[in-house]
Amino acid sequence: MAEYSMEQGTALILACSAIGAGCAMSAGIGPGVGQGFAAGKGAEAVGRQPAASGDIMRTMLLGCAVAETTGIYGLFIAIMLIFANPLVSRYLRIIGQ
Amino acid sequence: MPIFLLATEEVDFNIHTIKEFTIFGVKFVFTNSMWNALCIAVAIVIFCIIAGRKIRRADPLKPQKGLVGILEMLVEMLDKTTVETMGPQNKNFSAFYGGMIIYIMVCNLSGLLLWFVPYPGRLTIDFMRPPTADLAVTLSLALITFFMTQGFGLKAKGLKGWLKGFTEPVAFLTPINLIGEVANPVSLSFRLMGNVLAGTIIMGLYYGMLPYLTYIITPALHFYFDVFAGLLQSYIFMMLSMIYVSGAME
Repeated sequence: MAEYSMEQGTALILACSAIGAGCAMSAGIGPGVGQGFAAGKGAEAVGRQPAASGDIMRTMLLGCAVAETTGIYGLFIAIMLIFANPLVSRYLRIIGQ
Repeated sequence: MPIFLLATEEVDFNIHTIKEFTIFGVKFVFTNSMWNALCIAVAIVIFCIIAGRKIRRADPLKPQKGLVGILEMLVEMLDKTTVETMGPQNKNFSAFYGGMIIYIMVCNLSGLLLWFVPYPGRLTIDFMRPPTADLAVTLSLALITFFMTQGFGLKAKGLKGWLKGFTEPVAFLTPINLIGEVANPVSLSFRLMGNVLAGTIIMGLYYGMLPYLTYIITPALHFYFDVFAGLLQSYIFMMLSMIYVSGAME
């Protein structure tokens, strides 16, 4: 079994973290679809009942905000992996550095 | 916090520690995000003192113009929103939520303002980093909502009714209800921080990596991330907070 240096291990972890951050951002698909659906239904509702447009707008914005949460979680994981990577320190602890 | 980004040196959107000090063996750090939050709070307080003095001097029998008229309109709007969302019996909450939305709104918009920003070892005039892009600020705002939710629920329903609320619809679901209660402040704080931080990072990358395109692209980005998303997120934070508190009181 080949010996790897600490720098090589850290570089591998950072490279995999970058790929993982990209994968985590695929969580943005769901909120996009959901918010588009909510906005379409909102537009339909305003077309049917223009008098209630204030209420419809408020409900739609709230629904969009709640649908956005999962995407924000994915974004948070991506930011954590790139800027505050917890895996490198754990790796260094495991190999005893 | 280790930083694993190797772009040009101007890419800078992180929170910097300005000063570290120890009180009774506990380490505290003072960051530039805290400095910005403090400056904004002081600015709001000074503005409110001046506006309050003007309002006290105004003649209540005449229709108002200028600053007092605008403030009157805003307060009426806020009262209307509170009554529509929380019901007419909870109209007094509008004072608290007014303070909350003004603070979050000014924090989100502060990315547009030039102000003295301290970096480790130097003090420069720079665009502020919005304090709401820091989880400490948003989580504390969300925890206020969380404790308000539980406190007013306890006050409105009594201890027995409050505890019974966790076992609905069946006692079997109690752990899931508890997790749902704890998830509220987490999702509230992450939503606000994620939106503002995403805008901060994208604009930081544009400022650092495309110095020649900066003058063309960044005004549009500032308008979208700071003005549009900032105002929308502050409104959404207030609305969700109102809905949680009024939902706990019913």
